[in-house]
Amino acid sequence: MIRSELVQKIADANPHLFQRDVERIVSTIFDQIIEAMARGDRVELRGFGAFSVKKRDGRIGRNPRTGESVRVEEKHVPFFKTGKALRDQLNGG
Amino acid sequence: MAGKTLTRMDLSEAVFREVGLSRNESAQLVEQVLGAISSSLAAGETVKISSFGTFSVRDKAQRVGRNPKTGEEVPILPRRVLSFRPSHLMKERVADGNRK
Repeated sequence: MIRSELVQKIADANPHLFQRDVERIVSTIFDQIIEAMARGDRVELRGFGAFSVKKRDGRIGRNPRTGESVRVEEKHVPFFKTGKALRDQLNGG
Repeated sequence: MAGKTLTRMDLSEAVFREVGLSRNESAQLVEQVLGAISSSLAAGETVKISSFGTFSVRDKAQRVGRNPKTGEEVPILPRRVLSFRPSHLMKERVADGNRK
């Protein structure tokens, strides 16, 4: 399923809403999650999962082609942990 | 780090402000979106949300695990797990936003 199919599914279930409003609703949800993580916040959606930010320490990396050492700065990466209900649902629960 | 936690309530509040539906309907729509993603995944599909990320289901084979407390061997049954791959946009925003 891709984004547009998700929008279509929600639009079909809500015939009283304009398609463009459904698009805004879907975008708002995903944008809010990204913005929260960009602030260093966590987003916990019980039963679905939790989005959080993990810190990766800086390290000395190596350019695999030249073997040269390069400093890799500390950085923050997005992380998703599946919720229990969704995990169960995937396994036929 | 800030350490605030957002919930469904914050998402439906944002939908409420953005689209101007009632709070109740906004909450229902957030639920519908999460529900649609979940059932698509449960059907074994990959869910690809452009500029957000991709949720995909992976099959894990059975393996032998060990109870770390007793050392006892227990089979870990084959199961399906979800993996999430963030989009470049998400990675960039998260890296930029949390840079000191």
